[in-house]
Amino acid sequence: MSGKDRIEIFPSRMAQTIMKARLKGAQTGRNLLKKKSDALTLRFRQILKKIIETKMLMGEVMREAAFSLAEAKFTAGDFSTTVIQNVNKAQVKIRAKKDNVAGVTLPVFEHYHEGTDSYELTGLARGGEQLAKLKRNYAKAVELLVELASLQTSFVTLDEAIKITNRRVNAIEHVIIPRIERTLAYIITELDEREREEFYRLKKIQEKKKIIKEKFEKELEQRRAAGEVMEPANLLAEEKDEDLLFE
Amino acid sequence: MAGRGKLIAVIGDTVTGFLLGGIGELNKNRHSIFLVVEKDTTINEIEDTFRQFLNRDDIGIILINQYIAEMVRHTLDAHQRSIPAVLEIPSKEHPYDAAKDSILRRAKGMFMAEDLR
Repeated sequence: MSGKDRIEIFPSRMAQTIMKARLKGAQTGRNLLKKKSDALTLRFRQILKKIIETKMLMGEVMREAAFSLAEAKFTAGDFSTTVIQNVNKAQVKIRAKKDNVAGVTLPVFEHYHEGTDSYELTGLARGGEQLAKLKRNYAKAVELLVELASLQTSFVTLDEAIKITNRRVNAIEHVIIPRIERTLAYIITELDEREREEFYRLKKIQEKKKIIKEKFEKELEQRRAAGEVMEPANLLAEEKDEDLLFE
Repeated sequence: MAGRGKLIAVIGDTVTGFLLGGIGELNKNRHSIFLVVEKDTTINEIEDTFRQFLNRDDIGIILINQYIAEMVRHTLDAHQRSIPAVLEIPSKEHPYDAAKDSILRRAKGMFMAEDLR
């Protein structure tokens, strides 16, 4: 990955303040995301355990229901064709509700009954009791299966959410924050160097000025010694001051 | 969202019991909510029905026998959405085998074998 650069920005005091604020923001964001990821993982593990339990339970319930199906078939004869023909409206339907965990919406299934049992008259001829037991068993199995499906969907959704959150945390930690830190370091070095340059420049100018002044002084001395220079009249140095007489 | 009910679809060989449980429905276009899989049902047919169920938006859960799920494993694994939920159930001849469940395989590294007892 070649994204190891710093942010291109003109180095100035204000840029430094801005970068510091951004660094703070990135660190806070990273901590918050880490907390969210931890909460999601916790819930994930809980759901996983529940899924395993429920699946084991479901295996048994299904076995029992299949057994009662065999019993009913034995007593009432083969009613599968009649059952398939009589399908028209479902009595058991499910609703998808939304549950919220640490900001992630999970779909949850809830089953509800609607309408009447269209198989009321099946088995009226023979095997009615077995059929009733069979219906109850399968109704129980369906309830358990709906719960299991809820758990499974939450599981899958949480899995995705955790992966995304972890990806974001890693991105901030290993890409964004180092980039901002490098930019900050660059700005600081640039500012320091600029200060040093200024200082050096000032020093150099001072030296130059000094040299020029010294040269000028020397010239003045020389000219004075040669007597070419007329001192301008100094009002304060005269001792005698002739009075001005009006004629 | 809470008012719209969704249906439960079944792909398997003992659909009768579930229909007696009351989940069967036939909608206006005479499309049924279940598929009875026998010895001579082709894999393509199963796959097609599965894909149809996936595309219908009034189905919330799809129940599928585990040995049938094995046959169309690749289609199952390609389905990443959370709704409709695909649930693998054991059938009469093949008891439940947790190692083949596609959902549990995703979290393979996260639980120990003792939990599966």
